[in-house]
Amino acid sequence: MTRPAIRRSDDHDTGVGLPRLLWVPAALAFALIALPVAGLALRADWPRLPELLLSESALDALRLSLLTAAVSTALCVVLGGPLAVVLARGRVRGLRVLRSAVLLPLVLPPVVGGLALLFLLGRTGLVGRGLDLAFGITVPFTTASVVLAQTFVALPFLVVSLEGALRTAGRRYEAVAATLGAAPWLAFRRVTVPLVLPGLASGAVLAFARCLGEFGATIAFAGSLQGTTRTLPLLVYLERESDVDAAVALSLLLVVVAVAVITIARPRTVEGLR
Amino acid sequence: MKLRTAAAVALAVLLAGCAGGTGGEGASAPPGPEQRELTVFAAASLTEVFSQLEPRFEQAHPGVDVVYNFGASSDLAQQIVNGGPADLFAAANTSTMKTVSDAGLVDGGSTVFATNVLEIVTPPGNPAGIRSFADLARPDLKVVVCAPQVPCGSATEKIEQATGVTLSPVSEEPDVKSTLGKVTTGNADAGLVYATDVRAAGDDVQGIEFPESAQAVNSYPMAVVAEAPNADLARAFEELVTGPDGRAALESAGFGGP
Repeated sequence: MTRPAIRRSDDHDTGVGLPRLLWVPAALAFALIALPVAGLALRADWPRLPELLLSESALDALRLSLLTAAVSTALCVVLGGPLAVVLARGRVRGLRVLRSAVLLPLVLPPVVGGLALLFLLGRTGLVGRGLDLAFGITVPFTTASVVLAQTFVALPFLVVSLEGALRTAGRRYEAVAATLGAAPWLAFRRVTVPLVLPGLASGAVLAFARCLGEFGATIAFAGSLQGTTRTLPLLVYLERESDVDAAVALSLLLVVVAVAVITIARPRTVEGLR
Repeated sequence: MKLRTAAAVALAVLLAGCAGGTGGEGASAPPGPEQRELTVFAAASLTEVFSQLEPRFEQAHPGVDVVYNFGASSDLAQQIVNGGPADLFAAANTSTMKTVSDAGLVDGGSTVFATNVLEIVTPPGNPAGIRSFADLARPDLKVVVCAPQVPCGSATEKIEQATGVTLSPVSEEPDVKSTLGKVTTGNADAGLVYATDVRAAGDDVQGIEFPESAQAVNSYPMAVVAEAPNADLARAFEELVTGPDGRAALESAGFGGP
């Protein structure tokens, strides 16, 4: 099978020089991101690292972080995917307002998001009170509340990337499918979804990474208990009080997991196929 | 292209999540001919009391401006060890004071000027009918405590060991205000916080004293920092805090005597 030559939009760039001036701020920007991480690695107590990372509390936190981030990402895809389609393709009045509302978790401090969730789903909250009285269900302090907090903060990451992909892809192929007699659902499933799959994948990776780093909303809404709600960032924050070496080791673990997610889960073809 | 940016954003977000910032630094200006500045580094729980004492001190010492740096005692100790410009250090526990004195940065000894004990905190009216520390082990209660890594949590642990009552909290919070917040929002039936936090929360909560709290008394030491430029003023401030005015202010905030 031969692959057709893909014409990339940035093929035109070859031959056009990059202004040298750009290198200076670019290098500074990179340094600002990379140097603190390097500092973290330098500060680490490497001989003690295995012991610090294999402690029961660390393993519990890692397990919980990976589990909740995976579930939250799945929720983001299942709920945020359709939302992105509605925002990109819907023809309803007020979509503009809806879009700004969806971006709220991006601009809100996560702690505020956590408090908002608490006032909705907490035991005295708008919905939470009913849940408590009718079913005896209390949401805070459960692993489910961690997932809710993470999904809340990560949703916009998925929606924004996917909406962008949908807009870039355009509607031509769906139009063709329609002229060939495909019903909307069939066209969506067989044309739209494959077209934006790379965008969906990159959005999911971003959302997962955001879930993994979630702190503020989790501590405000879910609390912190080993094995139930204490994710890696919460453990880092706590250990910093008593054992800085442990906090640094756990931070490095978070960095490694994040880098692994970004590099491994990122589909290589995505960039070429644009 | 887009993905690279995305990856960078993701990394930045993660890093932001990891970073536990230690902000705050003491303001200091070179003292003028008559104007002088007394810089006091004090535990966050002393904010109200020390702010109350400020006008009294400045009245008694014309030309002196008291500048506070309130924060977590451990952060403040780190700042002093790293050259923070403090004249006086008032810590919320003896171990952080030890950090500073071990570094040779305490002039003379430190004096314990106040104590703080844990209290049970419940929503107003104590709906769960809690009467004793042992009640907190009731399985139907949602109890929040501080994590053992932080001072209020280690005090909780000490009381558990002394009484043989083991709690099964729904959450071990990273600081005392966070613990209090879970009770004020009505999500926990009870929590363990300091008596001063109960006072500060006012009508939002109800405090229940319990005799076992004497097993874990938290001492507040105060010391003049070595080679402080305003050591004389620092000593005068110490006298104010330990004197009748200071005692009264501390007492009304819920602190116990030394």
